[in-house]
Amino acid sequence: MEKSRRKELETLSLDLRKDVVDMIMKSGGGHIGGDFSVMETLVTLYFEQMNISPEKKDDPNRDYFILSKGHSVESYYAVLAKKGFFPREEVINTFSKFGSKFIGHPNNELDGIEMNSGSLGHGLPVSVGIALGCKKDGRKNRTYVVMGDGELAEGSVWEGFMAAGHYKLNNLCAVVDRNKLQISGTTEEVMTHENLHEQVESFGWNVIEANGNSIEEMNNAFEEAKKVTDKPTCIIANTIKGFGGGEVMENKASWHHHVPNEEEYKMIMKAIDERKEAISNE
Amino acid sequence: MNKIPNRKAICDTLMEHAKTDKNIVALCSDSRGSASMTPFFDEYPEQSVEVGIAEQNLVSISAGMAHVGKKPYCFSPACFISTRSYEQAKVDVAYSNTNVKLIGISGGISYGELGMSHHSAQDIAAMSAIPNMRVYLPSDRFQTKKLIEALLKDEKPAYVRVGRNPVEDIYSEDNIPFEMDKATVFKYGEDNKKKVVIVACGEMVSEANKVAKELSEKGIAVTVLDMYCLKPFDSNTLVREIQDVDVVISIEEHAPFGGLGANVASVVSANKPCQVVQMALPDDHVITGKSKEVFNYYKLNAEGIVENVWKKDIL
Repeated sequence: MEKSRRKELETLSLDLRKDVVDMIMKSGGGHIGGDFSVMETLVTLYFEQMNISPEKKDDPNRDYFILSKGHSVESYYAVLAKKGFFPREEVINTFSKFGSKFIGHPNNELDGIEMNSGSLGHGLPVSVGIALGCKKDGRKNRTYVVMGDGELAEGSVWEGFMAAGHYKLNNLCAVVDRNKLQISGTTEEVMTHENLHEQVESFGWNVIEANGNSIEEMNNAFEEAKKVTDKPTCIIANTIKGFGGGEVMENKASWHHHVPNEEEYKMIMKAIDERKEAISNE
Repeated sequence: MNKIPNRKAICDTLMEHAKTDKNIVALCSDSRGSASMTPFFDEYPEQSVEVGIAEQNLVSISAGMAHVGKKPYCFSPACFISTRSYEQAKVDVAYSNTNVKLIGISGGISYGELGMSHHSAQDIAAMSAIPNMRVYLPSDRFQTKKLIEALLKDEKPAYVRVGRNPVEDIYSEDNIPFEMDKATVFKYGEDNKKKVVIVACGEMVSEANKVAKELSEKGIAVTVLDMYCLKPFDSNTLVREIQDVDVVISIEEHAPFGGLGANVASVVSANKPCQVVQMALPDDHVITGKSKEVFNYYKLNAEGIVENVWKKDIL
């Protein structure tokens, strides 16, 4: 990836975090920690990797995306609005409000959203069905699904891993947003996945580890995944929960679902701006 | 006695259409034998998907396939597909509005000897409570074929329950008065003064028809409604048929909550109150035995219907 392109996408990821904060401040609720950890994954997919746009929303050869960790919907809405699926102002002003279509989990009545999610452990099995269906038709597209690491305690996730390995779905790429925190504490305390790499590999998957908050590393991982011809790929995206929001919120389980107060808001915006400036000065 | 169970009628109908419609796919959870779907899997391997013993996966994979244009028919024992994968049915099928047809095989107490784990006496209630989910219990093989042909033409979610054993024919090749989402009406002894309406679904329809003629000869006009469409429930036909009746009897292979009887009582009380007798399985562990033995024990049969009519002393 060209340096200028990388810097452009890194800056975009930071700007979209501001939209996320605005949505959450206006609505008074949202899953800000996971929104921030997953942002580079979404930006890399939507602005560099996937064959998708509002014009192609019904094209059978489009790439498919499922946000299995549906609670990170604020970052998803911010990305889709930027991509042109719906107006940015509308989502920021009406998110989670009475009667809004911008529900607190993905709503497939909105353009650009393939399936409803929110109940964890559904996205991977659904994506297996999408990838299997496309493969049976001989389509050349790819299916992407993003899960949280806390989500991996759901047994249905492993049913999905098993089936994708069994059917050698090389057109399927799963990302685990490995921020190692969930609502009650660290994932290792709640339900450990210390050997996640080996666990997934043993289900017949190609596994790649990458810094999930690095556009460049995620892009390389997605490129590598495309070269695999006989198995699905899982990218363990090692991330920091709250990444980009600065010390006030980074790596803190309590920010899983936290609405910043005015002071915290300013600190987050300042941290985002400082990071943007550092990128610009690179 | 007919030897073809309704599940086989589903397989035959799907095989007939799968020849020309390559988007029809069948998914099983190590259940193709029980579902009578082995011939489909053998003849159309490219249109068949085995997911192993994993009902949640079965339903979610079906939803994903439907999302990319396939027409999945998703088979598993009714006891598992209706409750083990309930959330997948709710979220991935009904909420996401995917064209998945969930087929609950060996429903009700088909597995009477195998215990409560294998009984599905809650499936009508569970599935009916999900918005955007339709629920059907066809009565015989001919109606089952018509129902599947109708479902192949639409793109909405549905749950269909069929039993394991062959059911006596109610209709015939030349006479299948089927209209989608409309109960089929049978009338006996129309000129008689005393009137009874029997509302039945699934295997119970043949029991209702058995007694109807006998009762009509004893001075009672009997209308039997084959209410295969539990949801959307055909309230219009029921309301039309209960005018001037003395008693309405509902009979179903289901727990006494949230099923046919509950629907009947609700519609009758809101429109033309009269006495409703609800015949259903008990709110208890069902006694062990072959399904016929179990039906006889609880009098979910022709004899039980007659007893109830007599008890009401309407003669």
